[in-house]
Parts: sequence; structure tokens; C-alpha cells
Amino acid sequence: MALAFNRRGRRSVANGAFILACTLATALALVFLVAILASLLVNGVGGINLDVFTMSTPATGSRGGLLNGIVGSLAMCAIAMVLAIVIGILAGTWLAEFARDSTYGKVVRFTNDVLLSAPSILVGLFIYWLLVRPFHGFSGIAGAVALALLAAPVVTRTTEDVLKLQSRQLRESGVALGAPVWTAIRAIMWRAAAGGIITGGLLAFARISGETAPLLFTALNNQLFSLDMTKPIANLPSIIFNYALSAYDDSRRLAWVGALLITIAVLGANVIVRAFARERKRP
Amino acid sequence: MAELMVGATKRARPAGAGFDPVFRILCFAAATTLLTAIAGVLISLLIGGEPAFAKFGLRFFTSTVWNPVTDEYGGAGPIVGTLITAALALLLALPLAFGVAVFLTEFCPRPLRRPIGVAVELLAGVPSIVYGMWGLFVLAPLFAKYVEIPIMGLAPPGSIWETILSGVPNGSGLIAASIILAIMILPYIAATLRELFLTVPARVRESAYGVGCTSLEVVWSVTLPYVRKSAIGAVMLGLGRALGETMAVTFVIGNSHGFPTGIFDSGSTIASTIANEFAEATSDMHTSALLALGFVLFLITFAVLAMARALLGRKDPV
Repeated sequence: MALAFNRRGRRSVANGAFILACTLATALALVFLVAILASLLVNGVGGINLDVFTMSTPATGSRGGLLNGIVGSLAMCAIAMVLAIVIGILAGTWLAEFARDSTYGKVVRFTNDVLLSAPSILVGLFIYWLLVRPFHGFSGIAGAVALALLAAPVVTRTTEDVLKLQSRQLRESGVALGAPVWTAIRAIMWRAAAGGIITGGLLAFARISGETAPLLFTALNNQLFSLDMTKPIANLPSIIFNYALSAYDDSRRLAWVGALLITIAVLGANVIVRAFARERKRP
Repeated sequence: MAELMVGATKRARPAGAGFDPVFRILCFAAATTLLTAIAGVLISLLIGGEPAFAKFGLRFFTSTVWNPVTDEYGGAGPIVGTLITAALALLLALPLAFGVAVFLTEFCPRPLRRPIGVAVELLAGVPSIVYGMWGLFVLAPLFAKYVEIPIMGLAPPGSIWETILSGVPNGSGLIAASIILAIMILPYIAATLRELFLTVPARVRESAYGVGCTSLEVVWSVTLPYVRKSAIGAVMLGLGRALGETMAVTFVIGNSHGFPTGIFDSGSTIASTIANEFAEATSDMHTSALLALGFVLFLITFAVLAMARALLGRKDPV
């Protein structure tokens, strides 16, 4: 009797310790999130004023803001997203509608999945080799292409996944009506999958808007306001990188403001995605 | 009317069907672009790094001398730094990620399940440069004061511990970088493990509970074996991220090129070296050596990610 009790006691003690450990692990993860957000707010909110949005990065010691970085980042992200959405939707459509289980389809699918988590800095090196060195200059275009290469796999993957979820009847209905295949895909399949594709676009935007590494040697940076995409262009991540390591308090303050703005953009996109997506049920 | 007659006698090609082959080719071209991109990364790094490989040969992997002044480059420091930080990060992140995934699938009260799940996913969304700033300005000073200095004080002088724990206690270094990396990959691994745990059929788990298993026994003997292969893939996916992570590491690793002597010592990773030096490379050989390092990183991460994908398939959330 005593033995049985001990055994049961040990098991329930071990179980209790396990539950406690799992709860503590989750609490710790949440503490990290709160700590990061709190230090962003504490250091960043105080620095937000009208100058941030109306003036370009300052010379040391003078007034200034982040206007050139915000505009440069938005411009590069916009071009990158257009490229990534076009490539991603077409590639995802090819994987879901045309390639299916062909060998080449499997190779592309696998490559895309690897690209999804490949180091962004290596993509930056590739674009440097492809678009910066041959043309003898850093440029906003090169930065945008590097970002597009990071965003496209996300769009491809979500597009393929969501197209594959559509029913066979839906797929056949358009062709049965006598529509050309591409019209059926455009007017029926893409429309049915629109929600999922938009989600993919938002996730891709979230992925690239904070990307720094590939911009360091493609877009470089620019102290001045510029919209010329063939020249080096200012961008928030590079400004944050330079200013955070600066010895001047003003520069560091701007770095925190920039970090806060980027985080708001990224987490905002994420929250919108989660708000739309429904909780998955257990099978 | 005439059209109808034609339709009755011969099946008409739908209007606009001429675009079908073009559309197909466009889709094919887009898919091929992705394949070309990864081939392009590999080829550009190989061609760019070739002069360094040719000049230094095997020394590139064994030498710790990284000197742009004498144009002498050995990559052992960054390569080892990459492997050590990624391995330590995984060691730290794995138990936590496992705990989070189990908590969310087994113990979490239903109303909290979604908010906490979203919060963990948000942690994955925080940009890497923000982790870097936070690591440098918030974590490093705390780490130096409450961890490094006390622990280094404990090491008996002259012992092996003194060597392992040596370094300047300023909060930056290999272990600080590993901690930041661990916080970054924790949500990825947790989210993927959670997806995997959700694929275990409820009746399998419930039958285990039914014969009197505790939660620990259910997770350990039923859930984990059920997803074992994919779970290893999920962990390797996290490792792949840690290996190639750049900005967060660059802020806190201390950026010294030599071979790290202890875990508190400053060091460098391949990615941080490239981020710091590439735009200001002093000579062609310097550029080439950095590209060669990039090639090494590509091979390591590609191997890890390919293995992860082979084990995991597509069960990870994007």
C-alpha cells in the first residue's frame, strides 16, 4: 500500500514539476516580449515629434528626423512587394495548378522552402554581385530586388497552400463553362483564394520591412532625402544600425524612434494577419 | 445565332484561349526565377570567393589571422563563432520552446490560448535589428553586472574554468550573442512544435489519459514519439535560422576576429563579419575572403535547412 502510494506520489510530483516548468517557460517567453516592447516604448516614444516625420537625418548636433529613411524604406518596400507579389502569385499558381507532383515542381517547392529561411545576408551578397558591382554603384533598385527575393518565397508558399485548399469542383467549374484556363484561374481560383493571398502578402511585408542585413551593401544609405532609385537611398534599418552604435545621444534617440516605427509596422501587419486567420481545430 | 450554329457542329475554342500557353509560361518562369535565385546565390558566392580559396587554400579554414592590412585572411574565428553561437542558442532555446509548445497545447486555459499563441508569434515577428539594439542597450549591461562578473569571480584561479570563463565582462561576447539568438529562435521552434503537437489525433492522447497517464507521460510517451521525425526537423529549422542570423548578433558579439578563448570572450560570426566589413572592404582580396566566408555559410545553412525540410515537410507555419 505504502509502495503504491509512493509510486503514485512520485508520478504526480514529476507531473506537477513538468506543468510548472512548461508554465514558467511560457512566462519567460512573454517576459522577453514585454521587455523588448517596453524598452522600445520607453526609449522611443519620448523621441517622437513632428521633426521625425518632416526632416531628414541630421548632421551631428543639429535638428533632424527620419523622413529620408521612412520614405526610402517605403519606396523600396513598395517596389519589392510589387515584384514579390507578381512572382509569388504566378509561381504559387504554377506549383498548385500546373506542376502538382512533377519532379521539377518538387524541386521548385523544396527550393522555395529553403529560400524561405535562408540567411538574408547571403541574398544581399548575391544582389551585390548581380546589380551593384556590374553597375558600379549602390542603388535603391538593388535594395528593392534583394527585399523582393526575400518576400517572394512567402507569397509563393501561401498562394500555393491556399490554392490547393480549393475544391476540385471549383477548379473544374470555370473550364466547364467554356472559359480559357487562365480566365478560370484568374476569375475563380484567385478570387476564391484572395484572403489567403493577401495574408501571404502581409506576412511577406512583415518579413522585409525590418530587414537590415541585405540593405547594407545594396541600397547602402544616404544622409539626404532622395527618391532616385538608381542611387544609394536612405532606409530606416541602415539608419538604426549606424545611429545605435553612435556615441551621440541624439543619434541614439533617433535610432530608438526608428526601431519603434519599424516594430509598429511589422507587428501591425502580423496582428492584422492573426485577426483574420482563425484558430485551427484539433483533428 | 451563327455562333450557336458553329458551336453545335464543332466544339469552339473559348475566346481568349490563345493566352493560355503564355500564362502557363509566365507561371513557369516565375517558379524558375526562385530556383535561379538560389542557384545565383551559390554561384555568385563561389565565383566571388574563388580568389580567396585559391590563395589561402586549406589555411582559410584553419588560420585565425584576419588582417586586412597585410591582406591575410583566415576564417577559422568566424566559422567557429558561427557554430558555437548557433549550438549554444539551440541548447538554450530548445527546452523553453518545448515548454511553450506543451503549455499551449496541454495546459493553457482555453480563453488564454489564442492571446498567448499570438504573443509568441509576435515575438517571432520582432525585426532582428530591434533584438540587436535591445541586446546591446538592455540585456548586455544587466548580463555583465549580474551574470558575468559574479560567475567569473567564482572561477578558481589557474583552473580550466578560468580559461573557459575568461573575457572582458562588458556584456558583449559569444554567450550574449547566443542568448539573443535563443530568444529569437525560441518562437519559431515553439510555433512549429505547437503545429506538430496539434496533428496528434485527440483519441490517441485521450486513450493514454484514459489508462491513467499523467500529462508528462502523455507528452513524453505519446505526443513526442508521434511527431518525432518532424520535431527534429523543426529544431533544425531553428538551427538554420540561428546560423544565418546577422543583425542581432552583430550588435552584441563584440566583433573581434581571433579565435574565441572562452564563452564570455568577444568573437564574430560569418554573418556579422560580412555585415561589418563588406561595404568598406579595403581590397579585392578582402571582398573575396568575405564572399568565401559567405559560401561556407551557404553550405552550412543549406545542409541544415535541406535536412530540416526533408524531416519536417511543410508542417511549419509560414
